[in-house]
Amino acid sequence: MSENRKSLINLNSGLTRRSALKGLGAAAGLVAAPGFVRYGQAQSSEPIKIGFQCHRTGIGAAYGRWYERVTTAAAKRINDAGGINGRPLEIIIEDDGTDPKRGAEVVEKFANQHKVDLVYGTLFSHVVVGSAPAAGELKIPYYVVSEGYHVASGKMNRYCVQPGITDVKAQARSMAPWIAGNLGKKVTLVYPDYAFGHDHRDFFTPAIEAQGGQVVAKVPIPPTETSFTRYFPQIPRDTDVIYHVMVGPAVLTFVKEMGEFFGSGGPQLFGFIDSLEAVDIASPGLEFLEGSHFWEGMPRYAQSDQPDYVTAYREAVGIDENGASVNDAKDVSTAAHMFGCWETLNIIKASMEACDYKGPDDRAAMIEATEAMTEMEAGPDHPQGKKLFNGKIHQVFGEQSISQVKDGKLEVVHRTSIEDGAYEPEADYTAMSF
Amino acid sequence: MAFGPYFLLATLEGLVTAAVLSLIALGLSLVFGVMRVVNVAHGEFYMLGAVLAWWVASLFGGHPAIGFMVALVLSPLVVAAIAFVAERLVLSRLKYEPEATIVATIGLLYIIQQLALTFYGPEARPVEAPFHYRMQLPWFGYSAYKLAVIGFSIIMMLATWFVLTRTKIGLVMRATQFDRETAQAFGIPVGRVYAGVFALGAGLAAVAAVLIVPIQQAHYLMGHDPLLLSFIVVIIGGLGSLRGTVLAAVLIGLSDGIISMFFSPTLAKMLATLAVAMILVFRPQGLFGAAAR
Repeated sequence: MSENRKSLINLNSGLTRRSALKGLGAAAGLVAAPGFVRYGQAQSSEPIKIGFQCHRTGIGAAYGRWYERVTTAAAKRINDAGGINGRPLEIIIEDDGTDPKRGAEVVEKFANQHKVDLVYGTLFSHVVVGSAPAAGELKIPYYVVSEGYHVASGKMNRYCVQPGITDVKAQARSMAPWIAGNLGKKVTLVYPDYAFGHDHRDFFTPAIEAQGGQVVAKVPIPPTETSFTRYFPQIPRDTDVIYHVMVGPAVLTFVKEMGEFFGSGGPQLFGFIDSLEAVDIASPGLEFLEGSHFWEGMPRYAQSDQPDYVTAYREAVGIDENGASVNDAKDVSTAAHMFGCWETLNIIKASMEACDYKGPDDRAAMIEATEAMTEMEAGPDHPQGKKLFNGKIHQVFGEQSISQVKDGKLEVVHRTSIEDGAYEPEADYTAMSF
Repeated sequence: MAFGPYFLLATLEGLVTAAVLSLIALGLSLVFGVMRVVNVAHGEFYMLGAVLAWWVASLFGGHPAIGFMVALVLSPLVVAAIAFVAERLVLSRLKYEPEATIVATIGLLYIIQQLALTFYGPEARPVEAPFHYRMQLPWFGYSAYKLAVIGFSIIMMLATWFVLTRTKIGLVMRATQFDRETAQAFGIPVGRVYAGVFALGAGLAAVAAVLIVPIQQAHYLMGHDPLLLSFIVVIIGGLGSLRGTVLAAVLIGLSDGIISMFFSPTLAKMLATLAVAMILVFRPQGLFGAAAR
């Protein structure tokens, strides 16, 4: 027994003084070798690392898939044009499972393990709300593509910015006049029962009342619900318009069951395209949607009058004229939201170039550079349309599309102006310290 | 909406829930009744049934009914085969020890779920219903397919009842359930019976999944809720009692449909959980379960 133990010890102690010295010498030689010089020199050739907090799994997976594709396409375009300040862009992806707790962990992992320059790309509002404090504590910029009103509300922190997509408050406000003027004044709201849905409830209600309309009923639905018919009887008979917005893997069931319940003889339907993102409008059972209207951040279907830069954008992100993947016609995109990734990355590039970003020490300067932005012209960098950024509330304002289902496709029938969605800022991030 | 039609809709919705739930819970109850194994991975067999149904249906073009019917036959068979292998490879080697099998089936749950995530992906994908017909009632419309689900589920339950009570296989199963050692002494291959029952239980869950997948989409996380609900059903009905399971499923399904429509879905879940607590306190063997021998 003791012999055995001895031999084991002998076998394991392979590290002699000689080999240790050799190893040390080799390591010293490596550090001195020409290949390592670049770390000592300026960071000019080191890539700028962006941590992409992606909903690869969980209820946001369909959005995550397309956010990832658009991010990859936008990063490629930036790199092909020479990168940011001459440095290439590197996107590092971590899955947050569309879960707020995991989201905060991912932000920490980006800051401490991947040592990224900034974190970007979150969509679901509960994940943003859960992750933003971590970004604030770690003092790392957090560029979200989320739509929620939480950034503009002033409740996040100075590191949290939303420059590439409009928020629900602006969207709901700009929809209300058109709904009251064209569809009807008695509206029932059907919305997911969490932060994002509550934003719709809280901002659409005063907006429609300002137009002389009223919300006759509010139907909140848990975002993990899989069966919806049971909620529809809560919709009063005298409703003119159903304003619906739904998220999660069960959206197709939601719309289908709404069709089964009302048929084509029910109230007018006005939906946020969220209720049908990544779902083919030509799916069986959705025929009743013909003639109904949807909000779209950016049109899913190629429009006859679209500018060349939109065509180029659609080609770059790989969607066909029906808004589905060019590789798989059944893989429908989240076109109404994913443009935000493209635009946000371009704004990150512009901000970094404006402050001559060198590394993590310039993070505050970068946020200030974004805050200083105002008008953004429509074009290859902003294919969705022109925008106006408000540095005080870290929120961008833009135009919205209202589309009608015609022959199973969405056709833009009205485009709202930036002023339609504008509202008084309720906060001032620039007064907060870094 | 007036009370009458409101109640009718709630009942219809409740019956659909009950139909699907009783198939899933029947599988769970069968496995517990015969094998005394609490199968925590049962919900994942349900999910697997739905995912396979999508895969099979997407292979067939033409009328959606063709793909659906093939899926209805193939998907439960494949799921049963997977369950059979899992039983032989894992559960039988643990000698069906209650604690060990619970841990093992929890492991199985995560393995199946993560494999589905890896190979099927995180998307929710629909299977087209074999037929589309919308019944227009005076107050609301309703999907005829949902009624077909109720009908088919009843047929499946009658078939299971027939197999268990009128065939030799059923006799062997019941003998094994009644007394494993005596059954073995009479030459019944208990090991194979166990594997067969485990496969049958998983297959029933898969049938339920194929039926539901034209209504809800196949998704890798869809196994959670049905597992919870079928545990509730099985505990209320009495573990191992098939009659109790079906009755409890109808009870839970209907009350879920009606309470969630008139009040809120959360209240329905709360009441179901409260019922479980009450049953466990006052009648631990369940409504129809036999007291421990």
